[in-house]
Amino acid sequence: MLSPTTDTDPIIRFDRVNKSFGDLDVLKGLSFEIGAGERVTLIGPSGSGKTTILRLLMTLELVTPVKDPDDNGGVIWVEGKPYSHMEKGGKLHVASERYLRQRRQKVGMVFQQFNLFPNMKVLRNVTEAQVHTLKRSKEEAESKARELLDLVGLSDKVDNYPNQLSGGQQQRVAIARALAMDPDILLLDEVTSALDPELVADVLGVLRDVADTTNITMLIVTHEMGFARDVSNRVMMFDQGVIVEEDTPDKIFSDPQEVRTQDFLRAVLAE
Amino acid sequence: MDWSTVIDSLPGYAEPLLVTIQVTVMASALALVVAFALGLATSSKHLVVRTPARAFVELIRGSSVVVQLFWFAYAMPILLGIQFNFQILVGVIALALNYGAYSSEVVRGAIAAVPKGQLEAATALNFTTFQKMRLVVLPQAWPEMIPSLCSFAIMLLKASALVSMIGIADITFWADTLGGRPGQSPLPHLTVILVIYFVLAWLIWTGMRWLENKAKQSVGVAKPRKLKADPNADALGGVVEKSSTTQRRGGVK
Amino acid sequence: MNGWSNEIASEIFPMVLEGFWTVLKVTFVAGILAIGLGLVVAIAEQTAPAWVRRPLSGLMQFIRNTPLLVQALFVWYTTSLYINPEWSAFAVGSVVLGLHYASYTSESYRAGIEAIPPGQWEAATALSLPAYRTWGVVILPQMMRRSTAAVANWIIAMFKEVPVLFAIGVFEMIAQVDKYQGLHYAGALEGYTIAGLLFLAASYPVAVATRRLENRLAKSHY
Repeated sequence: MLSPTTDTDPIIRFDRVNKSFGDLDVLKGLSFEIGAGERVTLIGPSGSGKTTILRLLMTLELVTPVKDPDDNGGVIWVEGKPYSHMEKGGKLHVASERYLRQRRQKVGMVFQQFNLFPNMKVLRNVTEAQVHTLKRSKEEAESKARELLDLVGLSDKVDNYPNQLSGGQQQRVAIARALAMDPDILLLDEVTSALDPELVADVLGVLRDVADTTNITMLIVTHEMGFARDVSNRVMMFDQGVIVEEDTPDKIFSDPQEVRTQDFLRAVLAE
Repeated sequence: MDWSTVIDSLPGYAEPLLVTIQVTVMASALALVVAFALGLATSSKHLVVRTPARAFVELIRGSSVVVQLFWFAYAMPILLGIQFNFQILVGVIALALNYGAYSSEVVRGAIAAVPKGQLEAATALNFTTFQKMRLVVLPQAWPEMIPSLCSFAIMLLKASALVSMIGIADITFWADTLGGRPGQSPLPHLTVILVIYFVLAWLIWTGMRWLENKAKQSVGVAKPRKLKADPNADALGGVVEKSSTTQRRGGVK
Repeated sequence: MNGWSNEIASEIFPMVLEGFWTVLKVTFVAGILAIGLGLVVAIAEQTAPAWVRRPLSGLMQFIRNTPLLVQALFVWYTTSLYINPEWSAFAVGSVVLGLHYASYTSESYRAGIEAIPPGQWEAATALSLPAYRTWGVVILPQMMRRSTAAVANWIIAMFKEVPVLFAIGVFEMIAQVDKYQGLHYAGALEGYTIAGLLFLAASYPVAVATRRLENRLAKSHY
């Protein structure tokens, strides 16, 4: 049942969450909590379910429903309120699109493939959602967008189309676009995987700035272990939809306890 | 063949030409509406919307435009118990439904071809379904549709000749009538209208090519190579870019 | 003139069916022409000297951009007034229809030829294959795979345009309904509805089969 929201409540809580695609069970009764302002990196081999966790939080995927969620869980909670479900008549029901739309407002995501809108110039990519979903005035949205594009080092590109930018520049625009929505939670899904190696540093630099200057809760899926070590205060190692091990980055990277973590880190660092 | 009588009769083609253009333009416009309505409906994730739209498209595409034209002209009035006063509207509706159903596949295909990541980004920015369509999907799908829609517009122009078979006085009807008169040969008249059709088709092509260029510019895919080849061109591109923005938005600063 | 009559429908059905049989016969003849001529045109457009190629392409473009109905009337009047009035509407109509659609199928063949990787031509040159071998063994088989579905779609489209030939007196379905109406002052609703349904019944399975073929060819390895 619901408990009153307090400062000590986790901002994200997975309560025995299931997710299957057809016959494939990606998450089986996964539970974890993340506190407000935490930076958590999810690591693990591909197919371990880490991207699915981000996609569930962005509502790009919906949890696989469980009978009687009040007793059996299968529910994602955000900011102390049910997120994948909604409360109706004191009971939890699978969330409607309308409910999801209201709740996902505070969650932002940056994608591996940037997914900038090619039909809009850089500035409009950053203002469009502010105007249409946050109902900000155009002036307000533009000044916010220019401020953020300045932060990511692209103030000279506002009038370019995305396909006139390098991958690294596009990803920085995508970060600005996500930040413009003032998210409480920011999801970063392998944001450097599609970039040429020489462009990775700029993007990570921007994200380090964001981490240093804001208190946005961040969930990061990445193979950049150095970045994970610098930015996050917790690392969770996933395999086959369960948490194998979790600890501070220092502990995980220098002294992993589980064999699967050791194997995984060896494979990644050998790359 | 006596060409002088044909040349004398040319001014008489003005009104039938207007009819041909009217039928083509009105049917194209209506077909575009039908194409988007059916294309969006057949793209819907809701079965109750998708299934009837799909069935309608298959029904229309499965049979013949000529038969449909005759059906609308002569069978439907019996079925509904009314006589249409404007035969031309019957022709327009029959052609528009047929080519609209075909073109809806173009619309559906172009919508389906918009990368999934675009929709996911739109969800992450919390757009409504309607906003996703209007701001993200359709602006990207539209330039992809233009060449195919153009082909259908040409086919519709050609099919407009069929309305002569249900008694509408377009240029085909006119040429056939004049050519059948005593002392006239049909061949010069038919030659004249073949040329007219060809010129009209060429006009459609030219118009569509212009439209396509314009549409591609608005998604930033035109203005190619130059930008990369020459760094100075970048600055120039920027200037051109800015002035067009200023024009459209009345000055952004 | 009030509503559907089963009696008329059952009376007119055999007539419409007979018209439909004519449609099938025209489709058969015109289809062979469209498939064959289209191929000849496509190969000529790749291999013939410019003085053949240019006018040929121009003619094809003209055919594609003007109405079949007017073309049919034009050729019909030409043959019956100036060449041989004995030639039947069926024969003339089939040829016009086949030629009209050859202008489309040749485009599908051309696309199929152009999609063949240049390495194939280069390999044939490297092996010093004579032109007819290059075409016969290397190019055409690969082109066929790529063009078959598109050509099939044009033939289906052609099939549905056969009733246009009513205008020159080919005795297809509309002509049959017209005849019945002339005798009984009724039958438009029943006749045209049956005609439409016959088209649907014939073309839908073919269209589905073509879509399946398309998918299979798309998955095949070359």
